[in-house]
Amino acid sequence: MRILSLRALITSRGMKVKVLCRNPDDYVRETTRDIQRVPRNYDPTIHPFEVSREYTRALNATKLERIFAKPFVASLDGHRDGINCLAKHAKTLSVVLSGACDGEVKIWNLSKRECMRTIQAHEGFVRGICSRFCGSSFFTVGDDKTVKQWNMEPPGRGLQEEPLNTILGKAVYTGIDHHQTEGTFATCGQTVDIWDEQRSSPIRSFSWGVDSFSCVRYNPVETELLASCASDRSIILYDMRESAPLKKIIMQLRSNTLCWNPMEAYNFTCSNEDYNLYTYDMRRLDVPVTVHMDHVSAVLDVDYSPTGKEFVSASFDKTIRIFPKNSGHSREVYHTKRMQHVICVKWSADNKYILSGSDEMNIRLWKANASEKLGLLTPREKAALNYNQKLRDKFQHHPQVRRIARHRHLPRDLFKQKRELREMKEARRRKAQNVRKHSKPGSVPLVTEKEKHVVSVVE
Amino acid sequence: MAGGGNNEEELSPDDEHIISASEEEDGSDDESKHAKLLEAISSLGKRKRMKRTERSEASVQVSEFSVNADGTGEKVNLSDLLGTMDKTPGAPNKTKQQLKNLQNRKETLELPLSKQQTEKQIQREVAYDKSSKEVSRWETVITQNQKAEQLVFPLRQDPTGPKRMEQVVAGWKAKTPLEKEIFSLLHSNNQPIHDPLLTPAEEASIKAMSLEEAKIRQAEFRKARVLQSYYEAKARRERKIKSKKYHKLQKKAKVKAFLKQFDEMMKTDPAGALEELKKMELSRMQERMSLKHQNSGKWAKSKAIMAKYDDAARKAMQEQLEMNKQLTQKLVVPSDDDDDEERNVEEADALPDFVNDPEPILDSVNPWMRGKLTQEHSEPEVTAVATETAVETKDEGQNGQREDEEEEENEEEKLLREFERKRKLRQDEDDDLVPVPQEEKQGERFSLCFTKPRHFLAIFKAELLDEGLVRVRTMDDLEALQQDVVMDTTQPAPASATPAPSMETTSEPPKKKKKKKGIDPNEVLTKEAKVIKMPLAPTVVEEEEEEVHAEQTAIIKEAFAGDDVISDFLKDKRKQEKAGQAEVVDLTLPGWGEWGGVGLKPSKRKRRKFRLKAPAPPLRKDQNLPDVIISEKRNSSVANHQVSQLPFPFQNSTQFESCVRFPVGQTWNTQTTFRKLTAPKVVTKMGAIIEPMSKEDLPPVKESSGAGKREKTSIGWRF
Repeated sequence: MRILSLRALITSRGMKVKVLCRNPDDYVRETTRDIQRVPRNYDPTIHPFEVSREYTRALNATKLERIFAKPFVASLDGHRDGINCLAKHAKTLSVVLSGACDGEVKIWNLSKRECMRTIQAHEGFVRGICSRFCGSSFFTVGDDKTVKQWNMEPPGRGLQEEPLNTILGKAVYTGIDHHQTEGTFATCGQTVDIWDEQRSSPIRSFSWGVDSFSCVRYNPVETELLASCASDRSIILYDMRESAPLKKIIMQLRSNTLCWNPMEAYNFTCSNEDYNLYTYDMRRLDVPVTVHMDHVSAVLDVDYSPTGKEFVSASFDKTIRIFPKNSGHSREVYHTKRMQHVICVKWSADNKYILSGSDEMNIRLWKANASEKLGLLTPREKAALNYNQKLRDKFQHHPQVRRIARHRHLPRDLFKQKRELREMKEARRRKAQNVRKHSKPGSVPLVTEKEKHVVSVVE
Repeated sequence: MAGGGNNEEELSPDDEHIISASEEEDGSDDESKHAKLLEAISSLGKRKRMKRTERSEASVQVSEFSVNADGTGEKVNLSDLLGTMDKTPGAPNKTKQQLKNLQNRKETLELPLSKQQTEKQIQREVAYDKSSKEVSRWETVITQNQKAEQLVFPLRQDPTGPKRMEQVVAGWKAKTPLEKEIFSLLHSNNQPIHDPLLTPAEEASIKAMSLEEAKIRQAEFRKARVLQSYYEAKARRERKIKSKKYHKLQKKAKVKAFLKQFDEMMKTDPAGALEELKKMELSRMQERMSLKHQNSGKWAKSKAIMAKYDDAARKAMQEQLEMNKQLTQKLVVPSDDDDDEERNVEEADALPDFVNDPEPILDSVNPWMRGKLTQEHSEPEVTAVATETAVETKDEGQNGQREDEEEEENEEEKLLREFERKRKLRQDEDDDLVPVPQEEKQGERFSLCFTKPRHFLAIFKAELLDEGLVRVRTMDDLEALQQDVVMDTTQPAPASATPAPSMETTSEPPKKKKKKKGIDPNEVLTKEAKVIKMPLAPTVVEEEEEEVHAEQTAIIKEAFAGDDVISDFLKDKRKQEKAGQAEVVDLTLPGWGEWGGVGLKPSKRKRRKFRLKAPAPPLRKDQNLPDVIISEKRNSSVANHQVSQLPFPFQNSTQFESCVRFPVGQTWNTQTTFRKLTAPKVVTKMGAIIEPMSKEDLPPVKESSGAGKREKTSIGWRF
């Protein structure tokens, strides 16, 4: 059309203008086996100032990332008490189970964002919930000293919700976890018990001078290993095949929960009452591999991303934080005005979302990557996003980029608390320095941050 | 001790019995006497018991060597023993020293823990060690994943590419009435609905096959295909040849080859030979029945007429009769030792040399097309790299070449047969395999199947590896490479087609530097600068363009008439240089140490003394760059954007700078490079559940390492 109109113009004026036209030989390949013709000239003299141009692009990419960082996706409400435990369905991404403090268990459909089923499972708290590895049923433990197995399918019309199996125990169970591939599960309470699904008494029960455990978790990779957190500030390792526990670390404060890295068989992270998380290598328990600091209150729950590269932690300070597995500080903090103490948190099995259950009866769905665009992406979009990510990585050390990328908003009281903690820490450090300075050289040894928190390792 | 107690209990009733008897005899005696008696008896009993409980050894009381054993009950001290130790010459000094150390040590041992406690602790420790060892197996996989440029989750993914029909159809069921109808029809006709291309055993073997093995197998197939097509083409070509002589020769050669083969067969495969014999017998029978070669045919009759005049015709007739004789003869197996030996020698010669010789790389794309197959076509092009065999073939005459060709053919046939045989073998084995537990046999089978191709591959690999080894690995290799390069430069090498690129890069820069030093910066600037000419699409027709160009230059000249940019620039630069130079500070004060007043100047000596010359500034970076001004002042507006500290993973600033300097974008890189450079570190599939690592992801420890070793040794052995 344009060429036509130009022609008309030219003929009317009697002017001779060369029209933009291309010879197809210049850009059409003779056969499909030919190399693609490159319409660009990559001569570097034609494209100067590459660093500065890329720097500007990186800056823009960082800004855009912050602009699009809207991690909150949805809130699932329906529980009538604080949410105490969450579980993922083993085989379906869209199904999530939650147990509340009033003994109610709800099964949610995430894609529809609605509750599919409600079960009054226990009297008192639902302490723990876990799905069977095949996803056909799930287990709950509660304050009423029972372990119940439920069918994942809802009962027929007019039938009542009835557990498949109920095991009556002697003491309160505080946590449960299912084996990755076999029909066994582990509960904790006064002891750590290993159960066969077919039996009503535990196959094995471990105790090591402690009378209450708060959490037990199977190792998802080396499936016969377990770890538990006990009330005497210890973390105990077990092997399901052995008759005795393996080892115990006693820390300065109690650990609430722990989670094994699903891609690294020997690493696990525990959330501690001293506001920190600790990643341990189970082969060298005397010193944690990394201490993850940033929370300003007790950390209540932790869950690894299925890629094993990051983990998410829930804290009593009403925030969720995402930590890279080997970094001492978080890369992301999520909070909302209405979210209260976050009690449980889960990372979805497709590495895309994070679920958090909190005191104020809501389950919240977050994006794991705050600025990620949901839904299908065109190839060009994908390429652009990858390029931006690469640029951000490349220029991450530049002060402006870093400043923008690291900026997060925190509620005032949290901010204050954080500052206060920082000051306290600094004061403590200063004092230790001064003590060392004024005492006989060598008499006050330098204790690193990692070494501070482990009291002893018991064999 | 417990035994002793038991003895006492057994004894006591007897004692009492004795006592009671004595009492009855004595009647009324003193209590004291009684007590004495009792005492005596009890002492008696004791001695008696002692004697009974004691186990005596002959050597304690009486020495074997009639030496009385003194001090048997005494404690033996280490020092006593050591005394004798010093005297004995045979004892080594080391043990003496150790014993002495033992004697001097006075530490007491720790109190052992209670049995229960230790048992538990030991149990725990053992269990912990075991499990930590077990867990450590993952270390390689984990470090590998940590180092990986890109990780794709889920780790275990279905193989990409088109699926086989059965796989697709497996989960499908007829739903619509039409489909059902078709299904029922097919069923009624007993049509093959589900026809698996691969048996389950084969499928399992393919799954178990590693990538390398798959590659080897593919290469084998490829070679077979190439050979087959080549062979077919050759056959077609030969069929078209009209020359009778050629065909006659061909036939003769075939017969000869057959005989040879038959002889071979007699030795190696008697059963096969028998079969051949049977075939021969059959042909004899046919001949006897038809008498085809007995000069009774049309051709023979015509020849008989011609035979009077023509020698050739006579010869032909004779040949035919010979043939008849041969065919009708009863077969006797020839078994001459001499002949055999000769044949053996021939065969040894016939073995293709190219199997053992290092091959020239003529066709890098298709390694199978190397060796003689390609040489034949490109014989005039044979370069200095060609092997000795090629030279030999040249030297030999025409006949030799023909023979060579035939041998080649035989080689190919052999190879084809080999492949065929292997394929059969594989199939047979697969069939055999079905009832046998798979895991045990798979390793063996693969090693069996791939011995030959692996050998071939090894040849090529080793060659490639050699090149690779020269290129990079260690510093020594690099040095060696450099030496080679130097050698090349010193000697004009006509044979080497591609000189190493590194040589060029190393040799060129010094020249440039020399040139640069010779250039006077001021001169350069006055000359015209080099303009990069770029092909721009002209928008106006050329005639007009020239006019316009002239006009425009005129306009520009007019506009910038009084503007001498170059001299301005030079002035500016000079100014900058001056500003950069340190000034001389004059600190002379008039009047001090001299007469002062109007019109009096401070003395020269004084001025010289108090003039402070600052040290010369460092050389300017733009000293040798005539058309550039480089300012080395700190620019605060830029500093905001600059990195002040060296970031963590980098060792030095140059490293960091080089990392930043390298552009990633599409503007500077081709599409493929861009895609590679910007590949994300973690790729996840939408909607796929990422399962935790499982034991299948773990590389098999002992087996694989063993296999690897075996492979390595085999390569080593071959070369």
